[in-house]
Amino acid sequence: MLKISNLQARVESKEILRGINLEIKPGEIHAIMGPNGSGKSTLASVLAGREDYEVTGGTVEFNGKDLLELAPEERAAEGIFLAFQYPVEIPGVTTINFLKTAINQIRKYHEKEPLDAAQFLKLMKEKAKSVKIDDQLLRRSLNEGFSGGEKKRNEIFQMAMLEPSLGILDETDSGLDIDALKIVADGVNQLRSSDRSFIVVTHYQRLLDYIVPDFVHVLYKGRIVKSGTKELALELEEKGYDWIKSEADALEASMV
Amino acid sequence: MSFQNIQAQFEAEFENIQKKLNGQSGSDFNTIRKESFVKFKQLGIPTVKHEDWKYSNLKNLDKIQFSFNAKSNFSKSDLDALPFSSLEGISICFVNGVFSEQLSQLGNTPKIKVLTLEAAIEQIPNVIEKHYGSYIETEKEGLSALNNALSNSGSVIVIDENYVLESPIIIRYISDVKTADIAVNIHNLIVVGKHSEAKIVEIFQTEGEKTAFSNLVTEIFVDKDAIAHYYKIQDENDQSYHVGTTQVNQEDKSYFYSATITLNGGFVRNNLNLVLNGQYIDNHMYGLYIPNGKQHVDNHTLVDHKMPNCESNELYKGVLMDSSNGVFNGKIFVREDAQKTNAYQNCRNVITSDTASMNSKPQLEIWADDVKCSHGTTTGKLNDDAIFYMQSRGIPKPEAIRLQLVAFAEDVVSQIKIEELREMLDSMIENKLK
Repeated sequence: MLKISNLQARVESKEILRGINLEIKPGEIHAIMGPNGSGKSTLASVLAGREDYEVTGGTVEFNGKDLLELAPEERAAEGIFLAFQYPVEIPGVTTINFLKTAINQIRKYHEKEPLDAAQFLKLMKEKAKSVKIDDQLLRRSLNEGFSGGEKKRNEIFQMAMLEPSLGILDETDSGLDIDALKIVADGVNQLRSSDRSFIVVTHYQRLLDYIVPDFVHVLYKGRIVKSGTKELALELEEKGYDWIKSEADALEASMV
Repeated sequence: MSFQNIQAQFEAEFENIQKKLNGQSGSDFNTIRKESFVKFKQLGIPTVKHEDWKYSNLKNLDKIQFSFNAKSNFSKSDLDALPFSSLEGISICFVNGVFSEQLSQLGNTPKIKVLTLEAAIEQIPNVIEKHYGSYIETEKEGLSALNNALSNSGSVIVIDENYVLESPIIIRYISDVKTADIAVNIHNLIVVGKHSEAKIVEIFQTEGEKTAFSNLVTEIFVDKDAIAHYYKIQDENDQSYHVGTTQVNQEDKSYFYSATITLNGGFVRNNLNLVLNGQYIDNHMYGLYIPNGKQHVDNHTLVDHKMPNCESNELYKGVLMDSSNGVFNGKIFVREDAQKTNAYQNCRNVITSDTASMNSKPQLEIWADDVKCSHGTTTGKLNDDAIFYMQSRGIPKPEAIRLQLVAFAEDVVSQIKIEELREMLDSMIENKLK
């Protein structure tokens, strides 16, 4: 489904991703962990197409297409969804209106007829129920005045509506208490299927108790320095990142 | 000296009007005209040296040879082809400053008078004597003095006491500039009687691509406990010059609710002046301007709090595209006696191009000590994060921008109390913000 090869990216003159290799098959959940500043969120943003980052090398293939050639909206239409770490507030645009526009633009991309108001509302009610988000919240301006938990839940709701084939959760657990975390994780788990994959970017192991990954990768200084299964996350929880840092630094030193 | 050519044209037109008076040259009305013309000659047309005209330059007016009595064959079917033509209500229509009976639907009743100035002078002389020209400031504004001197048409609308008029009253101004550059001076009077309520809509449109110079004054008297809704809608061509002053006088416990929406216009200067001549007065002023190309839109507002316990609220919003310019100047005076005044003002602008500009200036002068006043002005670009957020959900960038701009404008349009008008504006705004 997704094949990242030697991906390199920078912001201004600062290199942040320095050769990422990662392959994700349908139905898999990959967790990306790592210390602060290791490039986790950059990877998520580059995959979604944020312009602030300049891709300087490598390739990303998504369902047979060259992902890096596509505009952000085309990536979304092809099935990539980024749940933001900091969802943006958009005054005056309701979540309903926003999603209706989004869904119909994606349908247009696939040369499908737009959903009419009744079809859209039916879909919305169904999905809102499944991720336990209040209808009233969706009638308000997008994310405006929402609590942290409401914003994150709204991200998961949007994901449920857009039904992507690859969901990327960028530190979705940050700033959530345990109850909010469980609700968000439940939402994600409901969306798991044999043809939908996830990349879960997180600093802490905590979220992975609820969204159980198939693979765990540790990102450090812009590279994946260790990969394993969910046990790796538990080990990191117990021992911290320092042992990985020294291992990686020693390896890099020996290569110079 | 600047404006020599145009001043000479106005002088010739003034002489022309004086010649046609046939024995009425000594009337009170004409005395005011003559005095006003003297005033105009002293003040002249404002230049950018004039503090209130610093950012709005009329200099190109001087290059144009205007026709003051341009004939027009503008017909009912021409009107039907223009936006807003299907808006329902009592209506009075002026084409090139001349009342058109064919294009109006006056619908006078014992409680409502919608008349031309000429008819009003005959039928309700006492109203004219009391109100007409009583509120407009001509001492400092050359163009208002010019309007007083040259205007020989206009509408007079009077809502009697204790009457709530549901249907809007529409004043349409068509500048037919298919063949000639025209100049018009129109002076209106609107009186909303005690305990009454009315909705007034002024709509300005052009037909053709030559220049219209419209110099307008609308005086509005809102009597005790009355409610007046006033919507000014401008959709004129890129060659047009529009200088319009709306002078409002509010009495005790009255409510004035306005929205000034500039969809299009080459050069637009709107003055909205409110004098709060009583206690427990409330008013809301909203404005929206969305200039593109080289359009220039200038809104000057003034609220004069003279008495205690009044409230004024102001929100103006602009979307400035291409190489357009916007100006906002909001004066609020709180006089010594106007204790317990609440006065709020906000001007927010979005610039969508590197060559557009906005000059925004709040001006508060407060002599009373027990008041609540606030003002704020912001001008900026749309948030890139918000655009990316929308794109990441499948919405192409141009659509993401449009959606945000429409939402930004909606804050103002949603305040309009005539649903049909709101819908018409929504679709025109959505089209222009593409």
